[in-house]
Amino acid sequence: MFDKGFLITPGNDGKFGILRDMADRSYAGFEEKAHTADWELHVWGQSFCDLLEQALLGMNALSGVILDDQHRVERLVSIHFLDAEDLLVSLLNEIIFISEMEGVGFNAMACAIEDDQMRAQLFGGPIISLNKEIKAVTYHNLKVENKKQGLEAHIVFDV
Amino acid sequence: MVSIRDLKRISDYEWEIPATVNDDMQVAVRIFATHNLLEAVMEDRSLEQAVNCATLPGLVGHVVVMPDMHQGYGFPIGGVAATRYPEGVISPGGIGYDINCGVRLLSSPIMHEEVSGFLDDLASALNHLCPSGVGGKGKINLTDKELEAVCRDGSRWTLKHGYAHEDDIRRTEEGGKLEGANPASVSVRARQRGRQQLGSLGAGNHFIEVEVVEQVFDQQAASIMGLKEGALTVQIHCGSRGFGHQICTDYVASFQKAVKRYGIHLPDRELVCAPLTSPEGQAYLSAMRCAANYAFANRQVLAHFARQAFEQVLAGKVKDWRLYQVYDIAHNIGKIEVHTVEGESIKVCVHRKGATRAFGPGSPDLPEEYREIGQPVLVPGSMGTASWVLVGTEQSMQRSFGSTCHGAGRLMSRAQAKKKIWGEDLRKALQDEGITIRAGSMAGLAEEAPEAYKDVDEVVDTVIGAGLARKVARLKPLIVVKG
Repeated sequence: MFDKGFLITPGNDGKFGILRDMADRSYAGFEEKAHTADWELHVWGQSFCDLLEQALLGMNALSGVILDDQHRVERLVSIHFLDAEDLLVSLLNEIIFISEMEGVGFNAMACAIEDDQMRAQLFGGPIISLNKEIKAVTYHNLKVENKKQGLEAHIVFDV
Repeated sequence: MVSIRDLKRISDYEWEIPATVNDDMQVAVRIFATHNLLEAVMEDRSLEQAVNCATLPGLVGHVVVMPDMHQGYGFPIGGVAATRYPEGVISPGGIGYDINCGVRLLSSPIMHEEVSGFLDDLASALNHLCPSGVGGKGKINLTDKELEAVCRDGSRWTLKHGYAHEDDIRRTEEGGKLEGANPASVSVRARQRGRQQLGSLGAGNHFIEVEVVEQVFDQQAASIMGLKEGALTVQIHCGSRGFGHQICTDYVASFQKAVKRYGIHLPDRELVCAPLTSPEGQAYLSAMRCAANYAFANRQVLAHFARQAFEQVLAGKVKDWRLYQVYDIAHNIGKIEVHTVEGESIKVCVHRKGATRAFGPGSPDLPEEYREIGQPVLVPGSMGTASWVLVGTEQSMQRSFGSTCHGAGRLMSRAQAKKKIWGEDLRKALQDEGITIRAGSMAGLAEEAPEAYKDVDEVVDTVIGAGLARKVARLKPLIVVKG
């Protein structure tokens, strides 16, 4: 349904829209930052979909999730959002919910965004093991920022 | 950024950030800390978060921060803020995702020397009978109707179903049941998560611990609580599990729109709030109470399993293996209480985020036997270090909305702790100190290492010095069970 990796940039109304296929995904990653009690993740990506995917991968790395690659699963999710930060939080919280209820995790995604709605296809597998429980994704000091090479954000997780 | 220069020293144990530091502050911030503890928190964003809290509409008195404070999200951990009822606001982030995360203490007549040969078996039995771990499910599967009953009745539900004694309920904050909990305000998702997790510990910093009463400081209070030097105690630390996490997630998300609707401007979106009397505020208050009641019931069911473990291992080996409730308290909660602020007795909504209620002697909210001594306050230390039993004071009523500290407080990030400490080494070191560990994950154990936390004795000495509590007993750990 969706091709993986669209470049998404803000439209005139400040909302995000799909503009074109993404050619270069070299600017994408995540790193853990020091946070006294919880977890903070710095994520970056060339497109917004990249950013979401890196946030997903970073969350997996923090919680130490190991997926069964032999039994791939896919899930479609649809999220209404207020803005980029709300979408980031809502998607990750959606994944936490699915993982807890169904025992599956995800390590790749594709997304399409139109106005205030995102549809995403999540790719993953059954969870073999999980080291740490993430209670929730917070809005604390969250800001999706436009940088020269793409987008970045700092996300705080309650653990 | 708040610097130490912005602080006004009130006493050796109390500091103030005046409301003039930031134009948006509604009230000043009062910090209970020694200079040493204060310097430690200047490394993170605790005080900046406390200043952000002080911008919430409808605050009264001061925003109060406890000596175990550390950086959280929105509120600092160790933060207490009260908004005037009904004109003020309620903030789900000011209570946190683990609604009614709290501590229960059980006493016993079992002397340490009687059972020193059975501690390993006891650790295994507790680990086996008390479900724990990441995403761990409880042994009780609730129907939706049963979940609604737990939401409404809290610990009372467990009494009806054979998991509690009447004294357990009486010796629980609010009798284990907050009034005004309406399950209609709880989402389908929260219900799905909640149905399968009652009676489970979870992971992270949650634990079941067996301790020995190392020293008694107030013989009268200890005797009333059933604590005797050399006797065993059991402490249970956990909350409302995925049920509470989902309720907070749902309302923090929906309040993102509510703040716009009510024209509330905040420095941090995690502080989103709604007027207490608004439909949004009322719905959250009601859902939060459901989660609080669920957490009271959760700790009660775990106490039941702990009793089973004691019976399984110690029946026939000691005269009396029973465990008696000392008290059960919340440290992440929002409560409507009456407090005296600037000489006026007013109804307020007290947000306690990593802070414990510590009502003083005479409070009608306490069980009769505790009215003379004040409310028992349970302060767990970090893994392998002491825990404290305190009692609330009249001063805590006047200066901190009847609140005090809730633990040692983190000092080191989880990432730092994992880099510095190897879980298996820690397990061995604790074993050498005579502490038996059962843990689901060695990495998780490293994150909770004692070095990652402040010195709980210094934290306790600070609240004692500030007059917010009195010492009753110090407990030394023997067994730690972690998810």
